[in-house]
Amino acid sequence: MLDNHAKLMQFFSVVENVTGRKKLQKMIYILQKCNIPFEEKYNFHFYGPYSEELTLRVEELCNLGFLHEVKEDKSNYYQYNYTITDDGKEFLQQFRLDMPHYEEKVEKLKERSSRFLELVATMFYFDHLTLDEMIAKVHTVKPKQNYSEEEIEEAIQFMKDLKLD
Amino acid sequence: MAYKDQQLSEEKVFKDPVHRYVHVRDRVIWDLIATPEFQRLRRIKQLGTTNLTFHGAEHSRFNHSLGVYEIVRRIINNFENQPHWNKEERLLCLCAALLHDLGHGPFSHSFEKVFKLDHEYFTQQIIIGDTNIHKILEKVSPGFSQKVADVIGKTYEDKLVVSLISSQIDADRMDYLQRDAYYTGVSYGHFDMERILRVMRPIEDQVVIKSTGMHAVEDYIMSRYQMYWQVYFHPVTRSAEVILSKILHRAKELHESKEFTFKLEPAHFISFFEGNVKLEEYLKLDESIVYFYFQAWQEEQDEILRDLCERFMNRRLFKYVEFNPNLQMKQWMELYQLFQNVGINPEYYLVVDSSSDLPYDFYRPGEEGERLPIHLVMPNNSLKELSRHSDIVEAISGKKRTDHKLYFPKDRLDAIENEELKNKIMEILYGQGEVKDVR
Repeated sequence: MLDNHAKLMQFFSVVENVTGRKKLQKMIYILQKCNIPFEEKYNFHFYGPYSEELTLRVEELCNLGFLHEVKEDKSNYYQYNYTITDDGKEFLQQFRLDMPHYEEKVEKLKERSSRFLELVATMFYFDHLTLDEMIAKVHTVKPKQNYSEEEIEEAIQFMKDLKLD
Repeated sequence: MAYKDQQLSEEKVFKDPVHRYVHVRDRVIWDLIATPEFQRLRRIKQLGTTNLTFHGAEHSRFNHSLGVYEIVRRIINNFENQPHWNKEERLLCLCAALLHDLGHGPFSHSFEKVFKLDHEYFTQQIIIGDTNIHKILEKVSPGFSQKVADVIGKTYEDKLVVSLISSQIDADRMDYLQRDAYYTGVSYGHFDMERILRVMRPIEDQVVIKSTGMHAVEDYIMSRYQMYWQVYFHPVTRSAEVILSKILHRAKELHESKEFTFKLEPAHFISFFEGNVKLEEYLKLDESIVYFYFQAWQEEQDEILRDLCERFMNRRLFKYVEFNPNLQMKQWMELYQLFQNVGINPEYYLVVDSSSDLPYDFYRPGEEGERLPIHLVMPNNSLKELSRHSDIVEAISGKKRTDHKLYFPKDRLDAIENEELKNKIMEILYGQGEVKDVR
């Protein structure tokens, strides 16, 4: 019961703080692709893989007082920051989750920009294609982001490193 | 004449209670509708178990798919001479609209959860795999099927085309809100679609709404909000979904158990249980088949499977109470133990269901780069996110939209012979508030 909520709470206890819903979306997706068993269902949206289920689950955790959400006004949009609360920590203690260790992956993801994570998540989304097809697809679905060759190279290396952890 | 340009000798129409008529002139569309893969959608209800709450909700994915096609056809007619609209994409849009739900299976939400499936994956497979649909699309032009699959998968290069089929104000949502309202008989879900279609404007990579049409969009957002609470999140429907999921879990568990043999071999389910479903097998499973097994499983030896199937078929649903995981986790653990003590398996008979378990979303403006919001185009041609301009939308965007419910078979609890344990259970459940009858 509520295991998927608990898994997310465990993530927030590891990460301590996430700024930006987009970053959160991409982090969980990338962890899924590294075989960390988060179960939120993802589809491709305008800005890469996106999970409505994750959005709603995070909203539930905020409404339950397990997560603290801070909304910052950025003229045209809002940006959201998440931290775990004491109630959230207490909730988490009641679960015995069988999750692999992924702390090192989270550390790596945390220090990256959401633009970079968007690229990595998008490349993972097309990982059934050959490398050339994958790169072509990234340029097709994200023409406005204008990712450079260096960024794509860096993302490929980053994906390899993540999988090795 | 090339196949893609062929027109029927006269326009065909499907009578439709929501859009009055669905008009078909293209030979390709006519041929796609006639395929077995598309006809299969007649045997899959649009709203799964909702008919156990609203008995009118017997409409199928077939009706809805035709409806989405018709809305896109009308939008494209309006876009005909608008800047940014590429007329060459017309047939692609119509095919994607018609086929967008092709991969849905019976009660697909529960099936996807239990068997870890994804209907979008199967939609793609039907379009690009060895099927009648695929053959027709490839007759249009080689590679055309992949384009249709990309539009539905939202990875097609022309984002404007994608946004007609899937965005926060797309043909899919506009059809299902009106259709579900019509068939359930609720008075919500109605909005002025003709007006919205008139104020839609194609721009480079999305469809935006002329600001003078804002009130029509407000009405659409309100009807979406009301439909969620009134129909989609209805606790009785969720009770039926809970039982359905538990049936599938139980049948899978029994299949995996070495000691159990089904009286009737569940041939159609075996690849689902074993996690290796092939397209051909997926297409064979429709609601008629599922009901057949649920009927048969009422005769099986396993008491839990038998009971759950009998409940589902005869609408003997679970009751529920509101549940707050923040305050009631300890009580839940106590209940879990008590259920075991009285011989009721809590894995099957004590279930928390959350709003995030449901496949519906509210309108959210979100943050930059998270998800594309609805944009109004202002008189000076600037774009403004809807909730920044509409007080009504802003008001519902900020509201709490989540809840959790605890489901259980009250009739089984009433029959517990040990009065002490029974009272303890009832005290915990009733202590959380009134037990809701699902009738």
